[in-house]
Amino acid sequence: MLRFAALRLGRALLTIALVVTFAFIVLRLSGDPAMMIMSPDAPPEALKAFREAWGLDEPLWLQYLKYFTAILQGELGQSMRDGRPAIELVAERIPATLLLTLPALALKIGLGIPAGIYAALHRNSMTDRVVMTFAVAGFTVPSFVLGLILVLIFAVQLGWLPSGGQEGWRSVILPVISMGLGGAGVLARFTRSAMLEVLGQPYIRTASAKGVPWGAVVRGHALPNAAIPTVTVVGFMVGSLMAGAVVVESVFSWPGVGRLMVVAVANRDLAVVQCVLLLVSATMVTSNLIVDLLYGVLDPRLRGQAPAAGGGH
Amino acid sequence: MTSAPLVSIRDLRVAFHGLPALRGIDLDVAPGEAVGLVGESGCGKSVTWLAALGLLPATATITGSVTLDGTELLGAAPAVLDRVRGGRVAMIFQDPASALNPVKRVGVQVAEALRLHRGLDGGAADAEVLRLFDQVGIPDARRRVHIYPHEMSGGQNQRVMIAMALAGQPELLVADEPTTALDATIQAQILDLLRRLQQETGMALVLISHDLGVVAEMCRRVCVMYAGRIVEQAPSDTLFADPRHPYTRGLLAALPDMVGPRRRLEAIAGGVPEPWNMPPGCAFAPRCASAIAACDAAIPVFHPVAPGHDAACIRLDAMVPE
Repeated sequence: MLRFAALRLGRALLTIALVVTFAFIVLRLSGDPAMMIMSPDAPPEALKAFREAWGLDEPLWLQYLKYFTAILQGELGQSMRDGRPAIELVAERIPATLLLTLPALALKIGLGIPAGIYAALHRNSMTDRVVMTFAVAGFTVPSFVLGLILVLIFAVQLGWLPSGGQEGWRSVILPVISMGLGGAGVLARFTRSAMLEVLGQPYIRTASAKGVPWGAVVRGHALPNAAIPTVTVVGFMVGSLMAGAVVVESVFSWPGVGRLMVVAVANRDLAVVQCVLLLVSATMVTSNLIVDLLYGVLDPRLRGQAPAAGGGH
Repeated sequence: MTSAPLVSIRDLRVAFHGLPALRGIDLDVAPGEAVGLVGESGCGKSVTWLAALGLLPATATITGSVTLDGTELLGAAPAVLDRVRGGRVAMIFQDPASALNPVKRVGVQVAEALRLHRGLDGGAADAEVLRLFDQVGIPDARRRVHIYPHEMSGGQNQRVMIAMALAGQPELLVADEPTTALDATIQAQILDLLRRLQQETGMALVLISHDLGVVAEMCRRVCVMYAGRIVEQAPSDTLFADPRHPYTRGLLAALPDMVGPRRRLEAIAGGVPEPWNMPPGCAFAPRCASAIAACDAAIPVFHPVAPGHDAACIRLDAMVPE
């Protein structure tokens, strides 16, 4: 178990290093921050001074080396736009993003998993078809389209809820629904197929043949097995707690991490972009790590195995 | 049969999506009796008992009657069935590795049956699980109760299944191809175990198998099934000495002899009719060398050959003893 955890942790750190490196290369090659932040019409001396100040005149490999060692020392750099530490800029946006993504995650899990279980237990019934129709609609409609439709109905037409901004809990409702419904659909479909797969297994028939009442067969024998594949999908959703709101934050002009990232990319504000990416990839990698460890808890067959077993998930 | 039957099956019919799988089964099992059910895969041996215990999916249409000590099981309330299943009638299956829940410790799975049918919990249940493990011959039981199915061999898993079946102190154990998925040496051990347990506990045993040899060794009485019906039933030794139904004869001719000169084994020509293409009369007629036009007129009923020996064939007089 310890070896299992250590290998997973090592791979997680490697993943973060790769993301950071990739982001550095792409951003440095795709535009000149001096031009973006100072404006292209700025006098050449000013541009030169800006580049010198931020070390942009040094060779790329040296910049990368400095940047990477700084990260290892916990130093994430300053925003080129307003000179504040990037980590501060990002950190102050995190609560706003979580205010949307956490309730959305709760909605996905709270709606998707029970709906999927119910549909599987009533396979091919009318309810199953209705639930699955909503599930497909839920995840085929992009969140920003759903967001715009919701705004049209509840903000513009009915005037019940604000169309954007931060006006207390009422502003949270529409963005959360537009993010949550799609995820709930994905999770419902996934849970349903995981349950159907498990319900067809011989050990379910064994439990019934042993005299276990059907409700207890579902709870005690089917759900623990169906949880194993479902946890993978929930893990991805937990992993996108930070990055999942980029589009919806823009639609509802919500001051979260996603909007900060959009603005920072447009400005080539490298330190900020990289800080956001670091946060996003750390969240993703951490949740993958937790999922991997959970596999071991949920499925005794995976305990003490080499990472190969869980590597594909 | 002398005593009143424990289980009595009458005109049991099962269809999946309108296609017949069982086409009228009549079968009695007396208390303590060992009955064998043989036939090719797909002939309905397992379906008979899955249907009797209400273990078929809801898509199956089931008609007829299955009574246990006079209580009707078909259409019985779930609570009634749950008390019967694993309590009065236990069932074990072909592939023990997939028949046990992979995420639960084997001891826990056996203890669940003890809690359901004997109200045992905690220390009493633990002690009884150990006793059952000993009874079914699992060595080092104290350690093994805590491990998972994937950590045991197929034979050990089947012993766990048997321990689980015994937990409810059943009056009837239905063993559905219990050794098919196991190595030959393990097969013999499991069959020995089943025979010993049947003698020790006095429970009745229904052994479902495609292996005539296994059934002959274990069971006093054998029923041969073909295409969803029982075509011949007889005491085991009679069936082997004097098979009357052409299908039974075909099955026996396909077995190698243990004594006498070597001979070419005879396969039965043709294949089992598809459920959507059943002949109007005897389902075996298209493959039968003795078939006449009348065989297609109606599904043959049992004709007595001798006391306790019946065959569903209208050509019995042509089927002289071999």
